[in-house]
Amino acid sequence: MDIDFGTIMFFALAIVAVVPAFMVVLARDIVRVAFWLLASLCGVAGLYILLGADFLGLTQVLVYIGGILVLILFGIMMTSKDPLHEKATASGKRSPVTGLVTGALVFAVLAAVIVGVGFEENKGVSGGEPTTTKLGEVLLTDYVLPFELVSVLLLFVLCGAAYMARRRREDAHA
Amino acid sequence: MSMDTKTLVDWVLGSDAGFWWRFAGVAAAWALPITLWVSLVGLISIWLERKISAHIQCRLGPMEVGPHGALQTIADGVKLLAKEDLIPDGADRMLFALAPILAFAGTFVSFAVIPFGPDLIITDLDTGLYFLAAIGSLEAIGVIAAGWASNNKWALFGSVRAATQVVCYEIPMGLAFVTVAAVAGTLSMTEIVEQQNGMLWNWYLFRNPFMPLAFISYYIASLAECKRAPFDLPEAESELVSGFHTEYSGMRFAIFFLAEYAAMYVVSALAVVLFLGGWYTGIAPVDKALAASPLWGNVVGALVIITKSFALIFVQMWLRWTLPRVRLDQMMHLCLKVMVPIGMFVLVFAALWQALLPYAGALNGREALYPTLGSVTGLVVFLVLVIGGWMWVRGVIRATTSYKTANYRT
Repeated sequence: MDIDFGTIMFFALAIVAVVPAFMVVLARDIVRVAFWLLASLCGVAGLYILLGADFLGLTQVLVYIGGILVLILFGIMMTSKDPLHEKATASGKRSPVTGLVTGALVFAVLAAVIVGVGFEENKGVSGGEPTTTKLGEVLLTDYVLPFELVSVLLLFVLCGAAYMARRRREDAHA
Repeated sequence: MSMDTKTLVDWVLGSDAGFWWRFAGVAAAWALPITLWVSLVGLISIWLERKISAHIQCRLGPMEVGPHGALQTIADGVKLLAKEDLIPDGADRMLFALAPILAFAGTFVSFAVIPFGPDLIITDLDTGLYFLAAIGSLEAIGVIAAGWASNNKWALFGSVRAATQVVCYEIPMGLAFVTVAAVAGTLSMTEIVEQQNGMLWNWYLFRNPFMPLAFISYYIASLAECKRAPFDLPEAESELVSGFHTEYSGMRFAIFFLAEYAAMYVVSALAVVLFLGGWYTGIAPVDKALAASPLWGNVVGALVIITKSFALIFVQMWLRWTLPRVRLDQMMHLCLKVMVPIGMFVLVFAALWQALLPYAGALNGREALYPTLGSVTGLVVFLVLVIGGWMWVRGVIRATTSYKTANYRT
C-alpha cells in the first residue's frame, strides 16, 4: 500500500468535482441540475482544503453553496409559473454549431489563462500559522484598494437590487 | 485530543498497522460516540419538549411508558422504524431520498468543531467558527430538496419559506460571529473558550457593553436557523399541514426530526462556546482546580458545557410553547430592518472598543482598569436589557383586553 493518501483523496475529490459537472450539462430537470452543481462545488471545496487552503475551501462552501445555490433554487421555485409540473429546462431552438463554437471559445480562453499563469510549487506560505492570519494581513495591506473597491461595488449592487425590487409608490396604494 | 486518539488507536492496533486501518480507527473512535450522542440528544430533548409543552399547557404529557414517560421516545422510535416508507407517485425519487441525508449530514458535520471539554474536541480547526458558518447552510439545502422532491404544494411552500428564512438570518448570525471573532482575535473554538477563563464577568457575554446585544441577536437568529417557533414558518402545522416534511413517513421523517433536535443542540452549544464561557464554571478557583487534572477538567468541563447547552435548549422550548408564530413579512422585517442594523452597530462599536481602549489605558497608565470597565458596563447593559425587556413585555401583556377581562387574581 504505497499509494499516498493525498493522491487517493485528490482523485476521489476530482471525480466528485468533474462527474457532477458533466451531469449539470446533461441533466434535463433544472432542479436536478442545481443539485449536481452542489456536488461539483463540494468537490472543488474539498480540493481547496486538500491543497491546504482551508479558508478558501470554506469560503467556497459559504458563498457558493450557502448563498448562490440556495438563491438559484429559490429563484427557480419563485419564478416558474407552475413549479410542480414545469420541471424541464427551457429548450428553445437548439443549434449544435452555436453551442460548439461558444464551448470552444470558452475552453480556449480558460486554457490560455490557465497555461499562462504558470503555477509555482507550493511554497508553504502559511508555515504553521493559520492561513487566515496571512490572508487578513495581505487583504488589509497589499490588496486593500481592490478589497475596498469590491466591497463598494457590492454595496452599489445591493442598493441597485433594492431599488429595482421595491414597489413603486403608486403601486403601493393600489 | 486528535493526537490522543491516534495514540489510542496505535495502542489498540499496534504501531505497525497500515495507514488505512489507523485512519478507520481514528474515524471510528470519534464517529461512534458522536452518533450515540446525537441520538441521545434527540431522545432526551424530544422527551423534554413533550413534558415542557405539556406543563406549560397545564397537562401531564406522556406518563405511560417508563417513569414519567421517559421511554416514550424509544417506543415512538420503534414505531417509526416499523412504519411503511412512502414515496409519493409524482416525487423526484432521487432527491426525495437524498433530502433527509443532506439535512442530517449538515448538522452532524458541525459536531466536528463543537467542543465538549478542553481536550474533547474532534478537530480544533484554525477556522472552526468559519467552518460552522459555512456548513450550516447544508441543512437548509436538505430542507429545500425535501420540499421540492415531494411534489406537493404545501411542502414546496414550506421549503420556499425555509430558503427565505435561512438566507435572511444568516446575516445577523454572521455579524454576531464576526463580532466574537473581532473580540477574540481567533476563529479556533478552544482558543475562544480559553479567553473566557476566570470569573463569570470574563465571559464574552459581559466582555464589553455591546456583547449582550450580540448574544441576543445571535440567539434570535439561531432560532430562525433551526426553524424553531416563533420562526417555524417552514413547518407551520396550522397552515401547511407540516410544511417541508409533509410527505415523509417512517425513518426518513425520523431523520428530519433528529436533525432538527441535533441542530438545536449545535446552536445552543455554540452560544455557550461563544458567549457563556464554554467549559468554564465562571468561578475562577474551581476552574483553576479543575484545570490541574486533565481527567476532571474534561469530565466536569463536558458536564458544564452540556448543562449550559440544555439550559438554552430549555429556553428554546419555553419560547416555542409561549409565542405565536410570526408572519412572513414580520420575519423579514425583524431580520433586515431590526437585527441587521443592530448587528452592524454592535460589530462596529465592539471593534472600536477592542481597538481603542488599550490605547486609552496605555495613555493614562491604568491598563488594568479597562477590562474591568468593560465587564462592569457589560453586566449593567445585560441587566438593563433583561429587566427592561421583562418590564416591557409585562406592560404589553397587561395592556391587552384579554388580560384586563380575565380575572387572574382570584
